[in-house]
Amino acid sequence: MTAPEAAARSRGADPGDDAPVLQAVGLKKHFPVRGLRSHDVVHAVDDVDLELHRGRVVALVGESGSGKSTIARLLAQLMPVTGGQILLHGQDATVRNRRGFRAYVRRVQMIFQDPFGSLNPVHTVRYTLTRSVRIHQGKLRGAELEDALSALLTRVQLTPVERYVDKFPHELSGGQRQRVAIARALSADPEVLLADEPISMLDVSIRLGILNLLRDLRDRLQIAILYITHDIASARYFADRTMVMYAGRVVESGDSESVTQDPKHPYTQLLVRSAPDPEDLDARARGARGEAPSLVRPPAGCRFNPRCPFATDVCRTEVPPLLPVGDGRLAACWGYADRPDRPTLGSVLEVYGERPAVDEQLLAAVEGTSTEVQR
Amino acid sequence: MSVSTFPGTGRGVIPTVADPVLEIRNLSVEYGYDENPTKVLRDVSLTLNRGEVLGLAGESGCGKSTLAYAATRLLPPPGLITGGEVVFRGRDGVEQDILTLSDKDLRASRWQDMAIVFQGAMNSLNPVHRIGRQIVDALQAHVPGISRRDADDRAAHLLELVGISADRVRSYPHQLSGGMRQRVMIAMALALEPQVLIMDEPTTALDVVMQRQIVEQIAELRDRLGFSVIFITHDVSLLIEIADRIAIMYAGEIVEEAHAHDVYRRPRHPYSDGLLHSFPPLRGPRRELTGIPGSPPDLARLPVGCPFRDRCAFAFDACATVSPRLTAPAVPGDTPGRSVACLRHDPAAVTAAGFTPQPVPDRLSL
Ligand SMILES: Nc1ncnc2c1ncn2[C@@H]1O[C@H](COP(=O)(O)OP(=O)(O)OP(=O)(O)O)[C@@H](O)[C@H]1O
Ligand SMILES: Nc1ncnc2c1ncn2[C@@H]1O[C@H](COP(=O)(O)OP(=O)(O)OP(=O)(O)O)[C@@H](O)[C@H]1O
Ligand code: SF4
Ligand SMILES: [Mg+2]
Ligand SMILES: [Mg+2]
Repeated sequence: MTAPEAAARSRGADPGDDAPVLQAVGLKKHFPVRGLRSHDVVHAVDDVDLELHRGRVVALVGESGSGKSTIARLLAQLMPVTGGQILLHGQDATVRNRRGFRAYVRRVQMIFQDPFGSLNPVHTVRYTLTRSVRIHQGKLRGAELEDALSALLTRVQLTPVERYVDKFPHELSGGQRQRVAIARALSADPEVLLADEPISMLDVSIRLGILNLLRDLRDRLQIAILYITHDIASARYFADRTMVMYAGRVVESGDSESVTQDPKHPYTQLLVRSAPDPEDLDARARGARGEAPSLVRPPAGCRFNPRCPFATDVCRTEVPPLLPVGDGRLAACWGYADRPDRPTLGSVLEVYGERPAVDEQLLAAVEGTSTEVQR
Repeated sequence: MSVSTFPGTGRGVIPTVADPVLEIRNLSVEYGYDENPTKVLRDVSLTLNRGEVLGLAGESGCGKSTLAYAATRLLPPPGLITGGEVVFRGRDGVEQDILTLSDKDLRASRWQDMAIVFQGAMNSLNPVHRIGRQIVDALQAHVPGISRRDADDRAAHLLELVGISADRVRSYPHQLSGGMRQRVMIAMALALEPQVLIMDEPTTALDVVMQRQIVEQIAELRDRLGFSVIFITHDVSLLIEIADRIAIMYAGEIVEEAHAHDVYRRPRHPYSDGLLHSFPPLRGPRRELTGIPGSPPDLARLPVGCPFRDRCAFAFDACATVSPRLTAPAVPGDTPGRSVACLRHDPAAVTAAGFTPQPVPDRLSL
């Protein structure tokens, strides 16, 4: 969707559209590390603001280990926040007991990253879905229950239903399991869907089906969706807005088309240019290595600075705030600040393109300790 | 497009004389004990050459993981290998059919030189042990007599290779993100110094920067240590970049096999063509995506004829009766060595069954 279309939609018929359904303010999560120094923490999420609106999709993309699943788990209230607030329709949403949690889960559903772990191996598809249908839709029986089950399985394209409904998870392929997990979340008829990599196990044709399905839920049921993915192209197609995470912080946000077509933050540029695209094997950021940042002792200043080819002193000392970089767009990079000591940004592609593709020293070390190098 | 410049994939090093390390011949697998088992693999043949990256792609449920399990003899019940051979050829040239060895001989054989990163492997780490310790244990089991210090060093290097910083070596699996656990599994497989490395959807939880970094490092290691990789994924665009050859599976059969850039530029099977045109482009104008209409057939009730025919834009009368076999494409001057299972490319089989052959459509004969 283009930016004007998106704007037109947010100005849509329902005046309540502009108030976020679910909102996070200054979200923070630090995990204690039991180890050498007991006061160490993993800075998994820091200072994240996020808004989910009715009938809109926000994509969360970024580094592996940058805190995306943690954000989803915090929003689902599966664990307590270290700092910040979660608001549902503007009200503090912190659940304090089991009853509160159950009521919250009915409105905010999560699809987990990993369908291998999230389905109970000893239960059939029928059992898993019946259970959640009964929790969320009341005590259905007989034909009514069968109808509800087959409606769910049909929605996720596990048809003909008889082929799948009595299977155990181990009898299903990875993609089939993921669709069962999605069906289970849909049974709650939620207002908010937190979808943690719902399609990463799926092949292109089913991906399209699932994305169209989610799009349909968004449009018809006006569900607010958080869509976590590594597939940037699908964020472009499916999400109204895209947020990019790096090492626990949001480094860029904006409408999806602009973020994917004209990325502003050096990390986003690296990410977009690294995506496989057989049409254009040359325009690729190669050799984009770099130590994954330690989240126990994150780099001071901009967390991307050790890998950033443009970093200057200010980047190594001060945390860049999210700065405006265009219509509704933000990027946390000093290159966009209005100050004399700001770094001069260039093309990530050119800079990385000149570096060797692999880390010679590290490979040599791995090879060197290898015991039976045969040729 | 200058494919050969992609670093590390070593497209230039594909041996001109085939040097197979693993040969899968007519492998068939069924699931189920009853009289109506699901035939998940039917007569699959596939050759992996030394030092090459072979990509295996196809829709969810088509049998990719089953093939990986069966070829490593790790197929869990009720999976049953009902036919075929899996021949492993060691560096000494000695061939062994993995499927017929006794358990004892199997353990003594070079079969040990195969390592597999399972799909969903992020859950197969031991939850009560730190990740560094798990790799050290694997190393000590694999390399008798390795000192604890050497094992520690090597474990740290391997983790660094997959982008996990040294201060996380003492983490427990649940303290890592999905992608980090996936990377630990890759490091663990590399620790075994396999000759054949099978990776089943190893990078689904990784961002593209990390994915590229790991794939490049593995390709480089492959060149240096001379192992071979079977890379299973549904991400055809990734495969085109990293694989030397690609095999496309559909409903338990291989329907096309060719060099990666041939599959991409000149697909011969209507299904390959559909797969290639259903992923959304990241760059360029946005276009509506069609995907492949319909869904794969029920493997328990496979119809006769071509399993793809209900979804195929080029199906004709013979497709409902004649089962296509892998043959050379009926495209004059085509790259030698590629094969496709489609009746449009097999006029002889069509004629033999009493039907009139149909020409190869333009888009399948580029
Ligand atoms: N229970 C925990 N204890 C300690 N650290 C944790 C815990 N859970 C997550 N972390 C750490 O928090 C960071 C963020 O993890 P998270 O799972 O949110 O990443 P992610 O962005 O979802 O990554 P991926 O794309 O790989 O799934 C990681 O460094 C992870 O190791
Ligand atoms: N234990 C089992 N019993 C019965 N059927 C099974 C069993 N395991 C797998 N299958 C079926 O075999 C088919 C092939 O499964 P497999 O896991 O090999 O698919 P795949 O190609 O790896 O798919 P994905 O891309 O989704 O991982 C699927 O249709 C699946 O439902
Ligand atoms: S220029 Fe500085 S602030 Fe911008 S990404 Fe690079 S290191 Fe971070
Ligand atoms: Mg995650
Ligand atoms: Mg699989």
